[in-house]
Amino acid sequence: MIQVSIEVNGKTVTAEVEPRLTLLDFIRDVAGLKGTHAGCEHGVCGACTVLVEGNAIRSCLVLAVQADEQEVISIEGVGGDLGRSGELSIVQDAFCEAHGLQCGYCTPGMVLVAEALLADTPNPTEGDIREAISGNICRCTGYVQIVEAVMLAADRLANRNYKSKPGQPSDQTLG
Amino acid sequence: MKPVNFDYERPRTIDEACELLASNSNARILAGGQSLIPMLSMRLSRPSLLIDIAHIKDLSEIVATDTHIEIGAMVRQAVAKNAKMIQEYIPLLSKALHHVGHPPTRARGTIGGSIAHADPSAEIALVAVTLGAEITYRVGDDDHMFDATEFFIGPMLTVAPPDGCLVKVGFPKTSKICGTGFYEVAPRRSDYALASAAAQINFDSKGAAKTIRVGVGSIGDFPERLDVDHLLNTDLNDESIIATVKTAITEIETVDDLHASAEYRKRVAAHLAVKALQTARDEVREAPAK
Repeated sequence: MIQVSIEVNGKTVTAEVEPRLTLLDFIRDVAGLKGTHAGCEHGVCGACTVLVEGNAIRSCLVLAVQADEQEVISIEGVGGDLGRSGELSIVQDAFCEAHGLQCGYCTPGMVLVAEALLADTPNPTEGDIREAISGNICRCTGYVQIVEAVMLAADRLANRNYKSKPGQPSDQTLG
Repeated sequence: MKPVNFDYERPRTIDEACELLASNSNARILAGGQSLIPMLSMRLSRPSLLIDIAHIKDLSEIVATDTHIEIGAMVRQAVAKNAKMIQEYIPLLSKALHHVGHPPTRARGTIGGSIAHADPSAEIALVAVTLGAEITYRVGDDDHMFDATEFFIGPMLTVAPPDGCLVKVGFPKTSKICGTGFYEVAPRRSDYALASAAAQINFDSKGAAKTIRVGVGSIGDFPERLDVDHLLNTDLNDESIIATVKTAITEIETVDDLHASAEYRKRVAAHLAVKALQTARDEVREAPAK
C-alpha cells in the first residue's frame, strides 16, 4: 500500500492505496464521486475522462499513484466555484440546450474534453471539435448535437463579459 | 478489468531505475502508460514491479546536437507535437503525431514508450524506421545504441535488452531543403491504422534529391523501409514514383487479420507511399512536367 494525496475538485483526498488502483477507481470509490463514468476500463471509450493538471486524460489509463500530488477536476468540479456554486458551467449548459446528450453515459467525458479544448482554443473550427472528441464514444451516436453543443459553448465563451477556467469562480470581470 | 497487484517504485535518477530493473526480472518500466496500463487491465501483462520513470527530470528533455534531435524517454507526445525544435528539424514526426491516438492519450503517452512498446501500427515507430533514428537504452552503467531499422523484429517485439531502460531517441535532423509526407488509413479517427506510410526527401542546395526515405507501417509485423534508391536517378515524376514503390513493396511481408486482408493492406500501403512521396516532392518543388 502506498499513500497518495490527490487534489480532487479543490479538495485534497489522502488515502493508502494499492499501486494497481486506477485514478478512475480512486475518484469513484475513494473520493466517492460517481460522476466519472467507468466504461471500457481499458482506454477505448473515453467515458472516464477527467482533467489532470488541466489536460483532459482518461482516468482508467492513469494509476492513482501516478496522479499523486496532482490536481484533478472531475465533472462535479467544472461548474462555478469548482462545482460548489450549484451552477452549470457554460459548456454543461450548452450541452443541455443543444440536446448534446441522450442516455448521458458519455456526457461527463465529452464535457471535460470540450472544457479542455475551449481552454486552449477559444474559437475552434468544427474540425478542431471533432478532433477533440475523437477519443470519446457516444453509443447513442448523438455526435452532431454534441458538436453543436461545443460550438454553442465556444460562441458563448467568446461573447461573455467575464473570464474563468473550468471550476474557477466566474466573478472575474474582463478589463 | 483490474490489473494484478504489483509493487511500485518512483526512482529519481536513471541509475536508480536501472538498479531496480536489475533487482527484479519481472519488472517493467512505466512511462506514459497509455499502452501498458490497458495491457495490465486486460492482464496480458503481469509484472511484479512497475518502475515509474516520470519523476526522472533528465528524461523530459529535448536536446539538439549537430546532427540529431534527441528526445528523452519521458517527453509526452503532446509536448513533442508542439515543440518548435521538432517542427523545424523533424517535420515528419510532427506530421505523424497528428495521427497518434487523440488529445487525451497524447497528453500522457510518450515518444519513447511508443517505440519500446513496438505496436506494428505505431506511427512513431514508423517515423523512427523511415528516418533511421538512434534508440538508446541504459543497461547498468552502459549506454547501448540501436538503429531503428534493426530494432523492431515482431509485433510488440524488439531487440531491446530486457534489463535496459530506454533513455532517448535521436532523430536525424533534416537537410535545409526537405519535403515530407505522412498518410494512414484507419477505420475511424484515432483507431489503429490498417496501413500507413511516411516519406522524407532531403534536397541539396541546387534542388536535387540527396536522400529519399520511405517507410510503410501497420501492414506487417513491424514498420519497414522501402528500397527506393532508384528514384535518385529520376526527376521524381509520378510514373517513376509509382513504378518504384510498386516494385519495392513486393519485398514487404504483410499479414491478415479480422479487419483487413494482407492483399488489401499492401495495396493501400503502396498507394499511401506514393502519395507521401508526391507530397514530400511537391512541398519543395512543382511536379515536373510529364
